Amino acid sequence: MFETLSYMQLQQYWWFLVSLLAALFVFMTFVQGGQTLLWSLGKTEDQRDVIIGALGRKWELTFTTLVMFGGALFAAFPLFYATSFGGAYYVWMAILFCFIIQAVAYEYRKKPGNVFGEKSYEVLLFINGSLGVVLIGTALGTLFTGGNFVVNEMHLSHWTVPTYGLEAVFNFFNVAFGLMLLFLARLLAALYFMNAIDNAEILKRVRIVLKYEIWIFLLLFLYVAGSILTMKGYSYDPNTFVVSLEPMKFLHNFLAMPVIAGAFIGGVLLLLVGLGLGIFSKSDKGIWAAGVGVILVVISLFLILGYNHTAYYPSLADIQSSLTIQNSSGSHYTLTAMSYVSLLVPFVLGYVIIVWRVMNREKITVDEIKNDPHHY
Amino acid sequence: MEHIDPSLIDWSRAQFALTALYHWIFVPLTLGLTFIVAIMESIYVKTGNTWWKQTTKFWMGLLAINFAIGLATGIIMEFEFGTNWSNYSWIVGDIFGAPLAIEGLMAFFMESTFFAVMFFGWEKVSKKAHLLSTWLVAVGSNLSALWILIANGWMQHPVGMHFNPDTARNEMTDFWAIVFNPNAYSKFLHTISSGYVLASLFVIAISSWYLLKRRDIQFAKRSMMVAASFGLIVSLFNLTTGDDSARQVALNQPMKLAAMEGLYDGKSGAEIVTFGILDSSKTLLDDKDPFLFKIAIPGGLSLLSYHSLDAYVPGIKQLVLGDEEHHIISAAKKIEQGKVAVHTLKAYKEAKKSGDTQKAKDEKSIFEANSKYLGYGYLRSPEQTVPSVPLTFYAFHTMVGFGTWFILLFMIILYMTMTNELHKHRWVLWAGVWSLPMGYIAQEAGWITAEVGRQPWAIQDMLPVGMATSSISSGSVMFTFWMFAILFTGLLIAEVKIMMTQIKMGPKEDGNV
Ligand code: HDD
Ligand code: HEM
Ligand code: HEM
Repeated sequence: MFETLSYMQLQQYWWFLVSLLAALFVFMTFVQGGQTLLWSLGKTEDQRDVIIGALGRKWELTFTTLVMFGGALFAAFPLFYATSFGGAYYVWMAILFCFIIQAVAYEYRKKPGNVFGEKSYEVLLFINGSLGVVLIGTALGTLFTGGNFVVNEMHLSHWTVPTYGLEAVFNFFNVAFGLMLLFLARLLAALYFMNAIDNAEILKRVRIVLKYEIWIFLLLFLYVAGSILTMKGYSYDPNTFVVSLEPMKFLHNFLAMPVIAGAFIGGVLLLLVGLGLGIFSKSDKGIWAAGVGVILVVISLFLILGYNHTAYYPSLADIQSSLTIQNSSGSHYTLTAMSYVSLLVPFVLGYVIIVWRVMNREKITVDEIKNDPHHY
Repeated sequence: MEHIDPSLIDWSRAQFALTALYHWIFVPLTLGLTFIVAIMESIYVKTGNTWWKQTTKFWMGLLAINFAIGLATGIIMEFEFGTNWSNYSWIVGDIFGAPLAIEGLMAFFMESTFFAVMFFGWEKVSKKAHLLSTWLVAVGSNLSALWILIANGWMQHPVGMHFNPDTARNEMTDFWAIVFNPNAYSKFLHTISSGYVLASLFVIAISSWYLLKRRDIQFAKRSMMVAASFGLIVSLFNLTTGDDSARQVALNQPMKLAAMEGLYDGKSGAEIVTFGILDSSKTLLDDKDPFLFKIAIPGGLSLLSYHSLDAYVPGIKQLVLGDEEHHIISAAKKIEQGKVAVHTLKAYKEAKKSGDTQKAKDEKSIFEANSKYLGYGYLRSPEQTVPSVPLTFYAFHTMVGFGTWFILLFMIILYMTMTNELHKHRWVLWAGVWSLPMGYIAQEAGWITAEVGRQPWAIQDMLPVGMATSSISSGSVMFTFWMFAILFTGLLIAEVKIMMTQIKMGPKEDGNV
């Protein structure tokens, strides 16, 4: 079945899968967003426990999606894995740091004898939720703005500035991208809480968050989307593989691939519908509309990055070193073999969804948390 | 490569070793305890006796504490291939990335999804569905071991690939050869069984402590019974698979085997050292006895490695200097050939770039004739092919010694629980408590044997560690090394303290056991 696909088609298929994982991850960052809302939504200890309880059932899924995103990149685009992780070292290390501290925080926060005290673990959750998301956004931003690396003729790479990736935070677009993700995560968290928690006081505060922060998000989103549509991009010649600058490259990509443009616009609308449901109605389904919307938007952004002869990871140090889905991928054989493995994806998504529905059938209340000795 | 900076290599190795050793504190317990918990819950579902439910919940609570920090240390390991072994990630990523990705898809999602049900789903799903979730967590964690060990087995014994001079990397040619690499299977079976051994020791140590304190007697005795029977079976299996692992080492990594046994001079009918103290002044070329003291079984090594009492086992000297009689090529010769391969690869790429097809063709054919030893071309001297003998030797002997003791311990405890005289022999209970740290030491020692013993190779005979690193400053790696060292140590302290508190509170906390 996959043997009949050309090398290029396989590379596109894998870029799509990477995009899908990235999109699922961005959606799942509602866990991180929720962590940053812990203190503003939960004014009493019971309320905070309910919030942690609602997030605690999901954080591992977000975490695993991140791991999987890394794994898929490694298997399908090893040169990206090598170049970006090994070069933008400090950024990735900082991101890892933010995720290590999350894993233990849920489990240890309430446990007797936890050495550092409940508050410290909540601070760790806050750092993970805020800094972690902003840094990931910054790193994703560099896919548009580029990194300072050189890849030699042996395909070995090195970074050309001694800040090893930290320089990305001095680029306004990257940081705006990160902040946009942070506010998106908080909005999604608000919608998720409406869906998962039964507590009038918390929900009242949730609405306030939605009402005000939507404006901050929209502002950042307009800036980011506007920049992407007008910025120059890096395109390559499919025959010679020579990379060159092209003004409004991403706008051209949208125009060249109307389906993706449609998905993008549809995604934005769905996101707005979801947020609108949260603000103006009593419905608790906003998270689903917004979730599907976010997934569509992120996938389409990734696809215009990688498709249509675009360098998805431009090099600022040497334009010809820029990475494309064609020059950075695994071999034809590996992509074919891994494509068979990818048939498991729907199966995995299936059981994740079933378990999600079962676990969220009833909303979480203060009473439930109090009666469960095993709660986080 | 141009950039090799010895301190960068050392810090990168140190950081990887640190994170791997930390990850390995938590993983083996997860591998085994998930099964023990699943067995206990099965008894509960079968008998309907709520006592077993409480017992299950108690061990599950400890499992969760351990699991969290296993995830925290695991995520770094995955990304470290990119951050610290960036050249490695490119040169072998086409093969090595696949099992890692499969691990994520097949195992990690299963674990993390059903972990939530197992832990929070008692009231939300039926008894049977809950039991199924618990088993799926156990299966998931062991599947993750399978795929990561397929990756690791491939590093120890690379198969199913070829070197493509155009991309300057190794590319996969046979997926099934990688999946069914015999090395990976002996590793997988040995590693998971070592996890089961550790989990049994864990349950025994805590139960022994309760018995010593004369509290939670019934709980402790029953848990002991499950753990000792499970432990005895799996420790015997652990011994068998360990023996099999040693045979794989003998076949594929003779230098590692020689280092494990401190065997400098190869011989037919080589003896196995059961206990020994190395002479630290011994060097490769002198004729000193490597041991100050030893107890050895004649012919043992030949028998175990090659199933024949008088088979020839090569020593470190032969492997470095070569030995015509036994068709062993010297390291110097391999390095020489490797250097030819390195040069012609470069020349080939240059010729290709400048469009000189004839020259490119010529260089390529010389390259291919020598490419078998390409990796050796990056070594500086033949002595570099020898790993640290003391570290490998002592680590190996510690593991085997402790492993033998565990079998005995499980036998004694099982016998005494069955005859109901355990509480009369406090020394056995103390031995039960103290065997837990020994279990952890054996675990770490096993990996030190496996990983230090294959030095200087990141991929056996193919890619030396010096070629595998990222090209970043050693200062950055030093910085993150200390960052992780401090962070992990802090988290470990918290973990141990929380565990102890939970153990002191005991199984009664949640209800009436
Ligand atoms: C409780 C832990 C434990 C115990 C009691 C044993 N092992 Fe082990 N051993 C491991 C835990 C371990 C491990 C941590 O799981 C290793 C590290 C790498 C691997 O594949 O498994 C390992 C590796 C390992 C290797 C190296 C494999 C390689 O380099 O690829 C050999 C030859 C043995 N073992 C042999 C034994 C023998 C003969 C034992 C006798 C009882 C034994 N082990 C007990
Ligand atoms: C360099 C090697 C390794 C890498 C890259 C690695 C990677 C990881 C990652 C990313 C996680 C978190 C998974 C999640 O998000 O759910 C994890 C956890 C885990 N890993 Fe590893 N791992 C390595 C070595 C091993 C080995 C050798 C084994 C088993 C033999 C193992 C078994 C597990 C298990 C069972 C877990 C579940 C969590 C836990 O134990 O607490 N890993 N690992
Ligand atoms: C979790 C159990 C493991 C432990 C405790 C462990 C231990 C170590 C140690 C001590 C080193 C440093 C060796 C030296 O430089 O002298 C090392 C290096 C390394 N290990 Fe492991 N290892 C484990 C599992 C794995 C697995 C499963 C893989 C691959 C899938 C792996 C891949 C590597 C790599 C790539 C290096 C760095 C390069 C090198 O030194 O060869 N390790 N490990």
